Amino acid sequence: MKRSIAVFIVLLGFPLAMSAIDNLFYVSFASRVIIYAIAATSLNLVLGYGGMISFGHAAFVGAGAYAASICIAEGVASAWLGWPAAIAASALAAWLIGAVSLRTRGVYFIMITLAFAQMAFYLVNSMKAYGGDEGLPLPQRAELGLGLDLGNEVVFYYVVLFFLALSLYGLHRVMQSRFGRVVIAIRENEARAEAIGLPVYRYQLACFVIAGAVAGLAGALLASHGKYVNPNVLHWVQSGTLMIMVILGGVGQLWGGAIGAFVLLGLEHVISDYPLPWLAAVAPNYPQHANLGVGLVMLAVVLFAPHGIAGLLSRRRGA
Amino acid sequence: MLELRRVSKRFVGVVATDDVSLEVRSGEVHALIGPNGAGKTTLISQISGSLPSDRGEIRFDGHDITRARPYERVKLGLARSYQVTSIFKRFTVLDNLALAVQARSGSSFSFWRPVAAEGSLFDEARSVAGEIGLSQKLSSIAATLAHGEQRALEVGLALATRPKLVLLDEPLAGMGPEEAQRMIALIDRVRSRVTVLLVEHDMDAVFRLANRISVLVNGRVIASGAPEAIKADEQVRKAYLGDEVAA
Ligand SMILES: Nc1ncnc2c1ncn2[C@@H]1O[C@H](COP(=O)(O)OP(=O)(O)OP(=O)(O)O)[C@@H](O)[C@H]1O
Ligand SMILES: [Mg+2]
Repeated sequence: MKRSIAVFIVLLGFPLAMSAIDNLFYVSFASRVIIYAIAATSLNLVLGYGGMISFGHAAFVGAGAYAASICIAEGVASAWLGWPAAIAASALAAWLIGAVSLRTRGVYFIMITLAFAQMAFYLVNSMKAYGGDEGLPLPQRAELGLGLDLGNEVVFYYVVLFFLALSLYGLHRVMQSRFGRVVIAIRENEARAEAIGLPVYRYQLACFVIAGAVAGLAGALLASHGKYVNPNVLHWVQSGTLMIMVILGGVGQLWGGAIGAFVLLGLEHVISDYPLPWLAAVAPNYPQHANLGVGLVMLAVVLFAPHGIAGLLSRRRGA
Repeated sequence: MLELRRVSKRFVGVVATDDVSLEVRSGEVHALIGPNGAGKTTLISQISGSLPSDRGEIRFDGHDITRARPYERVKLGLARSYQVTSIFKRFTVLDNLALAVQARSGSSFSFWRPVAAEGSLFDEARSVAGEIGLSQKLSSIAATLAHGEQRALEVGLALATRPKLVLLDEPLAGMGPEEAQRMIALIDRVRSRVTVLLVEHDMDAVFRLANRISVLVNGRVIASGAPEAIKADEQVRKAYLGDEVAA
């Protein structure tokens, strides 16, 4: 808890420091990382805490991103309408996809969630009215009112940071609740959970829908952030990226999704924007192969840190 | 209390239970015995709902539960324990039992209030722990318990749901003599409030506890009745009891 607060104090100070050196690029970049942190945290609820290996989480980010973008494109710029619409759309998508997928187990579950997400990907590709495969540029970000201009990078940063804090606190609370205990119990021993009287399917579906709703909010924020949405937010590579974030950061660890988002996006950025002269001398095109670097880090984490980076950090504290 | 009518289950190539009819009366300890592979565990799974029956009808406490989901059967008061220990290994003993109490006591669609604030849940879990002899182990992780203690917790999870009828699948499996005596004493204590269907290979335990016994061989019930009658039954001796009782 103390650590979480310390991290948030640093995060609160970050834009001030960046403004002081007049570097708003990094404020905007940090907003993007935080939005991904929210999305990865929501996946961690399903994947880490719930033990459901969903390979289609990008569908819910995408549902939210498109719902929010369509609102703005249709002239409804208020975040108070657009974001709840995004949450509702992604929750509905999660309910539909979950209701079918959760009747399967193991590899079938992985494949069916992937298949649904790809269907959603092709669906938005065919929505010609909203840009089809070229995507939909937005005239502006959502409007929050309250005297807060989301067009301002610093304001936007604080708003997404607020939602990350809310997501993490919510996840922490939910996991202490009756519902959270049941979700973990199902992950640990599904047959026994049912045999002590727990309707496993309903709890898993509820968990899936909650995670989908939060992912939808992240999608809405993502669309506003870039003032643009395109079908790639639903592409299976995005689902895979979110999974990598969770695995890197720590499966079933409160901060796992956030740490994974920070490390993965940070790594990608560093590899592609800060060329190492000595490495470039050997392999001139290496920044285009940033994925290789990410893959190596991933391999190291999986081999040496089964609870991800969050697990490493908390073990060191224990020692 | 529990009535099976011509219940069957077939796996690829094996008829595990074949036209089983069986009645468990309220208040009794009914033992189900039979050689390895007779279909006892399969039958328990059909009664608890984890395996759907191919044919037949299962009635419990006035309800037709043939097609009911496992959790629905638990809600009606029908709980089971497993032959192969199936507990929440990474939970503490107290959390294991509290979860079972929670499953019984209302909905778990409660997202915000910490479970830890629900004192009554844990009080009841502690009392079950006392009953199964694990009061000193409340905060031990279940995986670290000795085998006998895990078996006790296995039965405790079923009892914590406050069943009317509990299906115990070889509760003495793998236990030493001392642990076995404790388990027998536990079943003897709870029989006053819970009806028991007991699958067990330990004939000493069976004849000490059972009011009635049914014998399953090759998926069929070949005899059902009072312990003395079963002991005397020629067919049963030949098929199963033979050496064990003669000794
Ligand atoms: N899931 C399954 N798939 C295929 N065959 C099975 C399955 N479960 C049990 N069987 C077979 O069904 C038969 C009955 O098995 P079951 O486990 O019910 O016997 P049991 O009476 O409990 O034996 P034991 O005393 O060894 O526990 C056996 O031949 C077994 O191999
Ligand atoms: Mg068996």
